[in-house]
Amino acid sequence: MKILVPIKRVPDPATTIRVLSDGSGIATDNVKWVINPFCEIAIEEALRIKEKQTGEVILVTVGQSTWQEQLRTGLAMGADRAILVKTDAALDSLAIARILAKIAGDEKPDLVILGKQAIDDDSNQVGQMLAEMLGWPQATFASKIEIAADKISVLREVDGGLETIGFKLPAVVTADLRLNEPRYASLPGIMKARKKEMKEIAADSLGVDLAPKLKTKTLAAPPKRQGGRKIASAQEMVSLLHTEAKVI
Amino acid sequence: MGDVLIFAEHEGGHFPKSTLTAVHAGLELAKKRGGKAIVVVAGDAPEAAAGEIAKYGVAKVIALAHPALKNYLADAHTQALAALAKKEGAEFVIATATAMGKDLFPRLAARLGAGMASEITAINDDQSFVRPTYAGNVMATVEIDGPIKVLTVRGTAFDAAKPGGAVAPVEKRNAEIDAGALKMEFVSFNATKSDRPQLTEARIIVSGGRGLKAAENFKTVLEPLVDELGAAMGASRAAVDAGFVPNDLQVGQTGKVVAPELYIAVGISGAIQHLAGMKDSKVICAINKDEEAPIFAVSDYGLVADLFKAVPEMTEEIKKLKHS
Ligand SMILES: Cc1cc2nc3c(=O)[nH]c(=O)nc-3n(C[C@H](O)[C@H](O)[C@H](O)COP(=O)(O)OP(=O)(O)OC[C@H]3O[C@@H](n4cnc5c(N)ncnc54)[C@H](O)[C@@H]3O)c2cc1C
Ligand SMILES: Nc1ncnc2c1ncn2[C@@H]1O[C@H](COP(=O)(O)O)[C@@H](O)[C@H]1O
Repeated sequence: MKILVPIKRVPDPATTIRVLSDGSGIATDNVKWVINPFCEIAIEEALRIKEKQTGEVILVTVGQSTWQEQLRTGLAMGADRAILVKTDAALDSLAIARILAKIAGDEKPDLVILGKQAIDDDSNQVGQMLAEMLGWPQATFASKIEIAADKISVLREVDGGLETIGFKLPAVVTADLRLNEPRYASLPGIMKARKKEMKEIAADSLGVDLAPKLKTKTLAAPPKRQGGRKIASAQEMVSLLHTEAKVI
Repeated sequence: MGDVLIFAEHEGGHFPKSTLTAVHAGLELAKKRGGKAIVVVAGDAPEAAAGEIAKYGVAKVIALAHPALKNYLADAHTQALAALAKKEGAEFVIATATAMGKDLFPRLAARLGAGMASEITAINDDQSFVRPTYAGNVMATVEIDGPIKVLTVRGTAFDAAKPGGAVAPVEKRNAEIDAGALKMEFVSFNATKSDRPQLTEARIIVSGGRGLKAAENFKTVLEPLVDELGAAMGASRAAVDAGFVPNDLQVGQTGKVVAPELYIAVGISGAIQHLAGMKDSKVICAINKDEEAPIFAVSDYGLVADLFKAVPEMTEEIKKLKHS
């Protein structure tokens, strides 16, 4: 089983994000960069499938040279090799999916596992777009994956309950939080990762349309909510909700 | 130009409030762009549902029928909607960012070669849209280039459309689907059973966090308050991860986004990822024993107390209020 895992570098979810005063971006001076948490889960799932059945786990990221750090971390977790598709341009999900489709076309994986959403842009788009471009079935927001021979069955958390869908491989799956608990990179893992293959490809050498259709004009901080009032007792709370807020 | 195709998700012919917010946003967009608002209802027999949504002030309703549209599957729905959007010459295709909308619309955008903005919260007059990013810490103003644009809306950011005006004509169409290209299979659906209102529909939500300490306490401590208020029950991710409650109760960046009239957070610290899912609620109450808990910074009414004492007291007090 050959599994391709596209990953993204994002600010640590514990970082407080501040918008630059001119609205052109976010302040990055105190940001710690990590693998997008959903992508970590995708890597973990790929590793577990490989450990059950043998195979290869290939990481790919579309970004700047610094993103190699996150690829290296994924290799230390146990992935076999990594591809950096290098670009300094601000790409939209469509362009990223086109690049990933091209890589998938070259690598011919049986399965592509992505995160369900990148916690910086919160788009929740790339996996679904990639599936359509490849003409493959998709299972988004997976909380359980079962593979038997060339068939996959996926449990999905949807509104109002749990859905199971199934299909033949190859396919695209996007990982939800409940899919697994990602492992940490071990010390021997980190040592081994240094020797693993990291291929670099220039994004504009791939011959795909990279012009973004979705463009960000400006960023702003959300309106601040006024809160902080403290109430003395449960009785007073109920009374205020009734007489002042008039919500009960 | 300027026409808006609204995908109206239905549950067995019934339109939840979340769908009606997309209808509202679609009507607003069509008005701003000088186009028509066209609704599409897809299914194996969508006519009855289509007749229902025709009462909501839109220009036209299309009942898009095909046996392959019986159970929702992304590949069949993508094919059917892409073909329809092209045929109608729509400039915008729009839906609510429900589990289905999130699954379907990016795939649809890819098939149409269209740019897509997810979970917009506002439609500006200058052809741009606003959408939250970084768990709601950053509001991005975005533009989409190209003849066709794909959008999902955040349900809490728009009102629900209301019936009124002339009833729109309903056109039945057979969906264009290449059945040979369909690869996905529906296996089963396990509905969560609950007598309480759904999270995204409820007027009041009471959510519990790790502070409740055990599944048992959700039943004995939190549920009486929930039921006394006729509220929906929610939870933090920590509570869900600990197995106290099922996962579809999770509120937050990666769970449900809600904005009820009253949100009561019990034993929840108020991590940014949780706030992302509830900070637009009209009134926020918090009960937490730690006076420094970040949830208090966004709360209109904060009570620093042990929840095991305060919650039963509140429940008692509400009972008294009802009987007075
Ligand atoms: C990528 C990512 C996505 C995430 N998405 C979400 C999401 O969608 N939703 C979400 O909720 N979280 C999400 N999280 C997790 C989030 O960061 C927090 O870990 C989580 O919200 C904490 O839940 P909690 O407040 O219940 O627990 P804690 O932070 O442990 O808080 C428990 C609170 O209970 C209080 N308490 C304890 N005992 C009592 C008592 N007897 N009486 C009164 N108060 C008491 C404590 O003072 C404390 O404030 C996400 C995290 C990541 C990394
Ligand atoms: N620049 C990128 N390089 C590689 N994979 C990406 C990139 N951006 C997004 N992805 C993948 O797509 C998933 C969903 O991202 P998004 O659609 O941006 O929310 C992520 O979890 C990644 O698996």
